[in-house]
Amino acid sequence: MGLRGLAGLLALTIATIWYLSGLEDYRIFVPGLAQGAAMTVQITAAAAVLAVTAALVAALLKLYGPAPLRWLAVTYIEIFRGTSALVQLFWLYFVLPVFGITLEAYTAAVIGIGLNIGAYGAEVVRGAIVAVPRGQWEATVALNMSRAQALRRIILPQAFAAMIPPWGNLFIELLKTTALVSMITLGDLAFRAQQMNQTTMKTVQIFTLVLLIYLAMSLVITIAMRLLERRAGRGILRARAA
Amino acid sequence: MWDWGFALEILPTLAKAAIVTVQVTLLGFLIALSLGLALAAARIMQPWTAVPISLAVELIRSTPLLIQIFFLYFVGPSFGLTLDAMTAGILAIGLHYAAYCSEVYRAGFESVPRGQWEASVALNLGRWTTLRDIIIPQAIPPVVPALGNYLVALFKETPLLSAIAVMELMQSAKIIGSQTFRYNEPITLVGLFFLVMSLASAWAIRRVEAGINRRYRR
Repeated sequence: MGLRGLAGLLALTIATIWYLSGLEDYRIFVPGLAQGAAMTVQITAAAAVLAVTAALVAALLKLYGPAPLRWLAVTYIEIFRGTSALVQLFWLYFVLPVFGITLEAYTAAVIGIGLNIGAYGAEVVRGAIVAVPRGQWEATVALNMSRAQALRRIILPQAFAAMIPPWGNLFIELLKTTALVSMITLGDLAFRAQQMNQTTMKTVQIFTLVLLIYLAMSLVITIAMRLLERRAGRGILRARAA
Repeated sequence: MWDWGFALEILPTLAKAAIVTVQVTLLGFLIALSLGLALAAARIMQPWTAVPISLAVELIRSTPLLIQIFFLYFVGPSFGLTLDAMTAGILAIGLHYAAYCSEVYRAGFESVPRGQWEASVALNLGRWTTLRDIIIPQAIPPVVPALGNYLVALFKETPLLSAIAVMELMQSAKIIGSQTFRYNEPITLVGLFFLVMSLASAWAIRRVEAGINRRYRR
């Protein structure tokens, strides 16, 4: 879907949420769902920062790290990509205390989701770095740059543009994964929905609103990433033309 | 901290639940594969369906599976659609991944050169015959690895069904945990099960991919 279509869909979604939340049947759920949505946004943002960091570190270690660190990165990536996000959250929240590390639900949620998406992101970052043409590396050697300099100034900026679209998909995955934190007792959107569903049994109203709110959030992420993609791509096109 | 005796003791219970997990995975994927193909084919055969289908796909892919499971399970009865937890769960997972699979099939269809359609017209084949006998056999093999990746992804999402109390692996681990106050062994074992299965399927997909590349290299 084009940028204009996405913006239209977002406007339509927000208008529908606005209209519904004015109706008698829906109004009582608005404050609770708003609180839940705030929690969802907070976890999404914190986990996204962790995911990007973890992905960069793991990808660089897997590509250029010394052997033991490389193995560590590979193990991290395989474990977090190979098991379910829900199992990982449960493990962090219920099993880790057995080993003497007790995490708050919020911390466990951010760490679990951040590391989970970070493991997928590591492969995205690695793919984007590998896709930078070899000649770029050779040119940095000719210019007497150190490896770290070459990475920071030449390779990563070019890889960055190629990473944006797959990261857009990963951020959507991340947002959707945050719904799992309701199962380790955190009061996010999904949790509030279940709670209010149990007390009021107004299932249709609650879950319709919740689906629309998640849709709006996903669309915001998609549109933001498209704009970022356009910006990053513009610089590269100009560089090629020059 | 880690009790091997306890781990062995709960293993049969977990093994029984693992069968349910595999059942959910296979049935869910069957729905995803067939419905996904139907959606992708509909877009080609009836161009007017493209907009509603892409809208539905976007909706499904933009919202959490957990909420979709709740929606089917809790909202269904208000519309006279009462499903037991297992059916609702399989259906929700199947629908969710049908959205993803339809995009994969679409990419496969688009990779078949237009000339194939034109040649079929020249040979006086009907549109359905063309789709079934000419296009699909060329479109599917290249996308098999991508579909395989979604099979693994689907498999890893089955623990979500524990939220509506389907007795799959995660639910059974949770019940063991709440009965014995030992979460350590059951959840670690569940994690290991998923890890082993995922690594094994990743390996299998690579093998299939290599086989397909060998046979269909153009």
